[in-house]
Amino acid sequence: MSQFTATPRNHRQHRRQSVVKAIFLLMTVLLIVPVLLILTFLIVKGAPVLSFEFLFAMPENGMTAGGILPALVGTVWLVTVALLASVPVGVAAAIYLSEYAPDNWLTRAINLAIINLAGVPSIVHALFGVGAFVLFFKFGTSILAASLTLAIMTLPVVIVSTLEALRSVPQAFREACWNMGATRWQTIRKVVLPNSVSGILTGVILEVSRTAGETAPIMFTGAAFFLPFLPQGVLDQTMALSLHLFVISTQVPGVPEGFPYGVALVLISLVLLMNAISIGFRTWLRGRKKW
Amino acid sequence: MAKDAPAIRTERLNLYYGEFQALFDVDLAVKPGIITALIGPSGCGKTTLLRCVNRINERLGYVRTTGRIEVMGEDIYAPGVELAQVRKHIGMVFQRPNPLPLPIRDNILFGHRIHREGPRVRRAEEDRIVESALREVLLWDTVKDRLDRKATSLSLEEQQKLCIARLLPLKPKVLLMDEPCSALDPKATQTVEEMLWELRGAYTILIVTHNMAQARRASDECVFMLMGKLIEHGPTDDMFVTPRDSRTADYIEGRYG
Ligand SMILES: Nc1ncnc2c1ncn2[C@@H]1O[C@H](COP(=O)(O)OP(=O)(O)OP(=O)(O)O)[C@@H](O)[C@H]1O
Ligand SMILES: [Mg+2]
Repeated sequence: MSQFTATPRNHRQHRRQSVVKAIFLLMTVLLIVPVLLILTFLIVKGAPVLSFEFLFAMPENGMTAGGILPALVGTVWLVTVALLASVPVGVAAAIYLSEYAPDNWLTRAINLAIINLAGVPSIVHALFGVGAFVLFFKFGTSILAASLTLAIMTLPVVIVSTLEALRSVPQAFREACWNMGATRWQTIRKVVLPNSVSGILTGVILEVSRTAGETAPIMFTGAAFFLPFLPQGVLDQTMALSLHLFVISTQVPGVPEGFPYGVALVLISLVLLMNAISIGFRTWLRGRKKW
Repeated sequence: MAKDAPAIRTERLNLYYGEFQALFDVDLAVKPGIITALIGPSGCGKTTLLRCVNRINERLGYVRTTGRIEVMGEDIYAPGVELAQVRKHIGMVFQRPNPLPLPIRDNILFGHRIHREGPRVRRAEEDRIVESALREVLLWDTVKDRLDRKATSLSLEEQQKLCIARLLPLKPKVLLMDEPCSALDPKATQTVEEMLWELRGAYTILIVTHNMAQARRASDECVFMLMGKLIEHGPTDDMFVTPRDSRTADYIEGRYG
């Protein structure tokens, strides 16, 4: 017998190996199947109602006919304004925490607070938004108030994902700069940001586009059940896809069966589209990356 | 300043990492314009001493330093000393080459640009700076045709030379090097040593090394440290042939780790 033939122990290990691998595979499949089912279901039920008119016409007959234009436009407004509000603040905060803040108990406490903030239920943010933006700052129920509420809600994840991107820049680069007498800001501007901007932007767009599906935070702060016109500015109220979906599925009688699925499909496509844009953007930036 | 006054002088230098004392009353005088090697077993405080000289240790909040360090006759811990200027005049090279993720040309110009006062200099002037820095480290002929390539695409040896070259446009007085060849193979080590020998005279070089042969070949004077204390300092030839302290002899002959 050669010294290289398998022993019984080797055989046992091979068997165990296959079992373990099968378990992990099973878990992955369990994870993917519901997602695929939901998507297929939505497409089968929703696709038939999709049409140019469905997307670009105003609702009619108490939302039982016509299209969803005001909701679609409203969601784009809400997400865009939320993005504009949360990105500068979140990125700046993350830069401070990663590049300037001394490593002490206060910084650690702030980091912990940020992580915990991400776990606050969205209805709590909604109430905060009503108190702060609608009433205190007197924005009224408006796109501005709703978007700021969404922005506050996503700030923690924006900060966390930016921190991750900043931390992926090797420390050796910073050391090299500091050792030539560069200030922190010079280091950030010339080395840290150019090498993390793709990660930061992708993370941020991904996180914020998720808010397109939020209902609770916008329901009391700026989104309306039904408006027969498109918003003209940030101080207007607006319809939104998520709320519209809720309304036509539960509050209005006589809505054709395909309608809610159509709306859901549009909502999901919108989020996927934004994700695709951010990923494309990252690939483009990576191509220009200098290391 | 007298002509042969020390380029680096420490006086009763003590350094504490929190409770742990890493340097004990170090009195050192490094002569200008020569290469001084810093040797000693692992953990004896070579890196720590080196990092005191450009005040990079202080970034760790828990480090406390007492005593005095003068560079070119000036106390670098005096109030009113600007860290950016200290780092500009005292260059540092690390164990692992750490070029910036930029083209070769921008790496060389990086320090120059961040310290430049007044308007941006003309491109021709920048080209001159790049060429002269690269010539000084004997890298010009190898990279002159690919100055726009990323610095990280160079070999380790070339990267390390580049890391030295990028300090030179700042006209530093002192170059501190922490085991600059430990990531390189013997052949590359040799070419870096040749380059150091070229730089000798124009700059005061303090170099940490674990390699006895290198200390012997590539330095004028040698400093031996043990457990945070300076044990012996003298001309390299004397120290390797007739060490004064028995602990130096033990280390040189390989009886410590
Ligand atoms: N950042 C730090 N915090 C705490 N202790 C440290 C720190 N850096 C070094 N030390 C300690 O100080 C002592 C001297 O370390 P130093 O790195 O200066 O030694 P060295 O002579 O450079 O060693 P080596 O040859 O391994 O590079 C060691 O005991 C080390 O554990
Ligand atoms: Mg060391």
